[in-house]
Amino acid sequence: MMGRDLLGIEDLDRADLERILETAERMQEVGRRDVKKVPTLRGRTLVNLFFEPSTRTRTSFEIAGKRLSADVVNFSPSSSSLTKAESILDTAMTLDAMAPDAVVVRHKVAGVPKRIADALAAPVINAGDGAHEHPTQALLDCFTVKQEKGRFDGLTVTIIGDITHSRVARSNLYAFSKLGAEVRLAAPPTMLPAGVESLGAKAYTSLREALEGADVVMVLRIQQERMEGCFFPSIREYAATFGIDRKKLRYAKDDVIVMHPGPVNRGVEIAHDLADRRPSVILDQVRNGVAVRMAVLYQFAGRPATREG
Amino acid sequence: MAGQRLLIRGGRVLDPSTRRDEIADVLVEGGRIAALGPNLPADGAAVVDAAGCWVAPGFVDLHVHLREPGQEYKEDIASGGRCAVAGGFTAVVCMANTQPVNDDPSVTEYILDRARQESPARVYPVGAATRGLAGEVMTEMVALVDAGCVALSDDGKTIMDSGVMRRVLEYSQLARVPIITHAEDRTLVREGVVNEGPVSTRLGLPGNPATAEVVHVARDIMLAELTGAHLHVGHVSTAGAIDWIRAARERGVHVTAEVTPHHLALTDEATLGYDTNTKMAPPLRSQSDVDACRAGLADGTIDAIATDHAPHAVHEKDVEFTAAPPGVIGLETAVPVTLDLVRKQELTPLEWVRRLSTNPARIIHRPGGSLEVGAPADVVVIDPERRWIYDPAKGWSKSRNSPWAGQEMIGRPIATVVGGALVYDVERGVLLP
Repeated sequence: MMGRDLLGIEDLDRADLERILETAERMQEVGRRDVKKVPTLRGRTLVNLFFEPSTRTRTSFEIAGKRLSADVVNFSPSSSSLTKAESILDTAMTLDAMAPDAVVVRHKVAGVPKRIADALAAPVINAGDGAHEHPTQALLDCFTVKQEKGRFDGLTVTIIGDITHSRVARSNLYAFSKLGAEVRLAAPPTMLPAGVESLGAKAYTSLREALEGADVVMVLRIQQERMEGCFFPSIREYAATFGIDRKKLRYAKDDVIVMHPGPVNRGVEIAHDLADRRPSVILDQVRNGVAVRMAVLYQFAGRPATREG
Repeated sequence: MAGQRLLIRGGRVLDPSTRRDEIADVLVEGGRIAALGPNLPADGAAVVDAAGCWVAPGFVDLHVHLREPGQEYKEDIASGGRCAVAGGFTAVVCMANTQPVNDDPSVTEYILDRARQESPARVYPVGAATRGLAGEVMTEMVALVDAGCVALSDDGKTIMDSGVMRRVLEYSQLARVPIITHAEDRTLVREGVVNEGPVSTRLGLPGNPATAEVVHVARDIMLAELTGAHLHVGHVSTAGAIDWIRAARERGVHVTAEVTPHHLALTDEATLGYDTNTKMAPPLRSQSDVDACRAGLADGTIDAIATDHAPHAVHEKDVEFTAAPPGVIGLETAVPVTLDLVRKQELTPLEWVRRLSTNPARIIHRPGGSLEVGAPADVVVIDPERRWIYDPAKGWSKSRNSPWAGQEMIGRPIATVVGGALVYDVERGVLLP
């Protein structure tokens, strides 16, 4: 059952996920109107607290909040002002004293949204924490797959790339498994985290086996600067072995779709011509992100800001 | 204070040095055990009623961080000493990673001087094995030991250079003290902050693999075997390292080992809520590692229980998980936490006492761990059934970083005697100095 915060998909059950996806369908209709605004969250204040820069996710939350008539405030402490001596909790509690109705948190360290949620009166929505979770990304990915495939049961979703450092992989693994799909993870052994199969997915080091019969291929971004030489020998070798192009995609089902959380490294994890056109649905994901975040804000910011217990 | 006469009456006397386990009175006089037997007359001595309790040689903690000199806001020798006696420890062995580092006899002398003035528990300093804990140049080991150090260690840091470790072990035989190793291969730990496995993957935090400890323990055992020196493995936490220690002892290598209460009681799942008071080095491990620690302690592969009492201020712990310093306080909770092994019949009461007193005293070649007549009167009285709620804010440490805050504990020291003086009473608190 859903709590007051959205910290991760791990905490949700199938019914929670389905409810958010259904709400998102109604929200998407708002985005197609001439006047893209409803009064649902009028008079409510939403704070985007982004300790780590993210123009895409922050903008998506901001548009979602504004379409629901919330007052949206962006607060992005510059990384230079966040010395070790300055407490993230102090920053969060300063904001909390201004009585927001929800706080959307992004931080580079796993667990920070949870620590902030424990300290604040306002509900906290996790917009990505380290390699832990990115629940709204998984929800928008599920929404996109539902639009394309109309179902989850019996689908095979293959997630390819740096699973070890990916919050998107973890949230999607939980979300698609809970909704009834089979989740496969494919990566070089250095990028498959220890014990990952205990989370409910099957791990592959053979891309071909992982793609065999896949309905959905989800390609993760490679963090070139910190990975090269440590987790894989070179971009060239990664692109040759795990980069997705139309040729490798032939192992998957004929009606496979290709997803990517963005931003894309063209020619690294995904071929240039694949990034822009079918079967890739990358811009649909971005479009759906607004509707899904509206549904999440409706669900989590629409309640009175009091903390039980 | 040494002249105090004290009769500890009617308790179950547990003395591993003589394998004594019987109801008896213990008379303390002139700072030593004066008599032991049934129905001793009080003759004006102060009486400690130990009926229903265990009476044991005072506990010796081989591994604490007292933070003095240099970080007195976390702990100091006075507050750490109070924690010790409140937890049943009559002696503590304090690590060298102070500021300045205890790599010079003047620092050792300062620590001992402060301890004489302010600590109700005996304080045995550990000298650094290398200057500044830098892992490069060995310290003046003989001078440090002459000043009062009972062991040498770079604990908190790891001596990564195998050649340096070899010379340190070799030379330590001149100083006749054990080398305590903090066994974590830094090149395998890297950014790791939680045990590598399903839990680190769920949390999305960098993993610290068990192998980082196993590799290092294996290396140090081989170097101890090469040199013939006494290697003591600090805070062992993995099944793999315990296997290496067991095999080494069987072929006669001089290696001893300790385990902490938290590695005996908690798994890495305690970290699932990102509580930085579950962050330690080495990290909390898997259930199979915990099982191996308990089995290794029971079969004698691991000699001693040591707390690795590591105080940190609230503001230092109340940060991102990756930024928080590792370590937890443990002196006041060691008795109830490890009594679980007695309740589950993994250790007899006598063997439990042996691992808290007799064995650690033997490892550092200091008196203690015995209630024989004539032995120094370091005694602890424990009520093994007493239930209490542990609140670090009401404890004796300056810090509060415990994973057991707010939890119910079973078992508690009710009186502690150091050198014949009653220094702690559960009702009145710490009495001396």
